[in-house]
Amino acid sequence: MIRVQAEDFDIGAEIERLRAERTDIGAIVTFTGTVRDVAPNSQGKGKPISQMTLEHYPGMTEKELERIERAANERWTLQASLIIHRYGPLKPGDNIVLVITASAHRHAAFEAAAFLMDYLKTSAPFWKMEEGAEGGDWVDARDSDDAALTRWDAAKKAAE
Amino acid sequence: MSVKLLYFAWVREKTGIGEELIEPPGDVETVADLIGWLKSRGPEYEAAFEKHDVIRAAIDQTHVNHDAAIASAREIAFFPPVTGG
Repeated sequence: MIRVQAEDFDIGAEIERLRAERTDIGAIVTFTGTVRDVAPNSQGKGKPISQMTLEHYPGMTEKELERIERAANERWTLQASLIIHRYGPLKPGDNIVLVITASAHRHAAFEAAAFLMDYLKTSAPFWKMEEGAEGGDWVDARDSDDAALTRWDAAKKAAE
Repeated sequence: MSVKLLYFAWVREKTGIGEELIEPPGDVETVADLIGWLKSRGPEYEAAFEKHDVIRAAIDQTHVNHDAAIASAREIAFFPPVTGG
């Protein structure tokens, strides 16, 4: 299941909902992404952040998250999966994204959670604007995020 | 045929608008053609698409490359590389 929302989420409540009345789950992995109070600038020093605003592409965001979730479920046997991503203005310390995966054994849940985050980072249409005393800056995409995908492609090829 | 264009993040800031309806000329066949045509529409478009290589596109809410045909598109979006998560 996927949700795109402005509101905060409760990690504990989401886990409880996902496992309610089920006894076939043996492993639950969660990843939570949160807003940091500092962003590296071009001089390599930290720029203090007072607010981060997440813009997204309504409609396409949901489609992409559903596509990524489907891909994870085709690749691993998961009992359940959940992606929640927030948008709008957020403060340092606020939650941004939650991924939960549940499987019979831990490996599938660990790997699927990492896979979901790696693909979300490079294909879900969200953009971060960091605001501080010096004004606002759009966050640049990181090459390391693209590089993270190659290991999944390589792992898949190796398995074929 | 008219098509809806959407702009996000700094592409939106530079064009000054979030969306618009346009009717590109018949010789505009691909996303790259469309970017070239948009750049001729004014300095704000010139600025928005200056670094055209880094700009990503989606047709009807699916990621596409710049060589994709736009013939049957109802909605085309332009945006910087995504930074969610």
